[in-house]
Amino acid sequence: MDLPHHGYRATKPRARAAPPAGDSVLFDDTSSAPPVMNSQGFYTPGHNMAGPPNDMHGGSAVNNLFTDPMANAAMMYGSSIANQGKDIVNKEISRFMSVNKLKYFFAVDTRYVLKKLMILMFPYTHQDWEVRYHRDTPLTPRQDVNAPDLYIPSMAFITYILLAGMALGIQKRFSPEVLGLCASTALVWIIIEVLIMLLSLYLLTVHSDLSTFDLIAYSGYKYVGMIFTVLCGLLFGSDGYYVALVWSSCALMFFIVRSLKMKILPSISSDSMGMGSNNKPQLRLYITVATAVFQPIIIYWLTSHLVR
Amino acid sequence: MAFTLYTLIQTAILCINAIAVLHEERFLSKMGWGADQGVGGFGDDPGVKAQILNLIRSVRTVMRGGASMASTTLQNCSVHLNK
Repeated sequence: MDLPHHGYRATKPRARAAPPAGDSVLFDDTSSAPPVMNSQGFYTPGHNMAGPPNDMHGGSAVNNLFTDPMANAAMMYGSSIANQGKDIVNKEISRFMSVNKLKYFFAVDTRYVLKKLMILMFPYTHQDWEVRYHRDTPLTPRQDVNAPDLYIPSMAFITYILLAGMALGIQKRFSPEVLGLCASTALVWIIIEVLIMLLSLYLLTVHSDLSTFDLIAYSGYKYVGMIFTVLCGLLFGSDGYYVALVWSSCALMFFIVRSLKMKILPSISSDSMGMGSNNKPQLRLYITVATAVFQPIIIYWLTSHLVR
Repeated sequence: MAFTLYTLIQTAILCINAIAVLHEERFLSKMGWGADQGVGGFGDDPGVKAQILNLIRSVRTVMRGGASMASTTLQNCSVHLNK
């Protein structure tokens, strides 16, 4: 059916000609239906209301005649303008980032989220860290638990901001500006980290398939650790905070090293012509370890002021 | 340390500016980082130093376009705002 999704259902069938040009109508045309005040039996649905409006009498007929072609034309024009606007917006957005690639990161389901959270907090028993492929494209997070996603980081980021507000409120230091400040600080640290990672990967000519979104995803996983740490700090006081900090730092470092090792460090199949790992594989190892060490520092930096 | 997005933009602009003002003859050549030294490798792993030199040169080229105007206007705005 070509009933548009945000129109309301027509209560009466149309009296006029067929709806204009198929499915570009944004809402149903009910202005051509006979007015309610008409006492004649025009309410029979399904009848082809061939009865032209000259059957109606009174000023209502004039109203209908007057507004109807204008309303029709205006609606067609408006809907075509809206479609054009939608196309333009889609085109502009897809110039900066491909929406399909973004959709891949949000194709998650509950089972994946639960397993991933467990791996983030306790990665020591996870055996297989390879991201599985399917004919050259990586599998979606729904099918592969090792694939990075952007759902968990974004949700964790928002939860962290809310938690920070709550923690500050408990300490009677809350004000709405602080929330925005906290959010932008955390965002800026993510941006800095992603930029440094990109820069170092470029400088060392590491030909890995880590895209920007992958890096954002891996940087965003630390928010899960931060939330856990802040929660323990709020519930159990300062000791609980430090214990949780150590725990989540170790878990996160392990997780990052194991995940990025697959992507950055050269595997057995050499990418260049027989030259295997070009620039001293130690540099790549340093990158991985530096990223891992950076996580606990940031976690401490962004959460210590919330738990006193 | 409370960052705002504006601080980030400022930092980025200042860093790019710093890279762009590294003068070729007076400074980089003296240190053996000139544009004509040691970029000969055509293999597929140019090395860290060559990559850095490429980066500096490309930043300078981009900055010589309209980006330098953008950075000067941004610095003027920041001076004006910080008063």
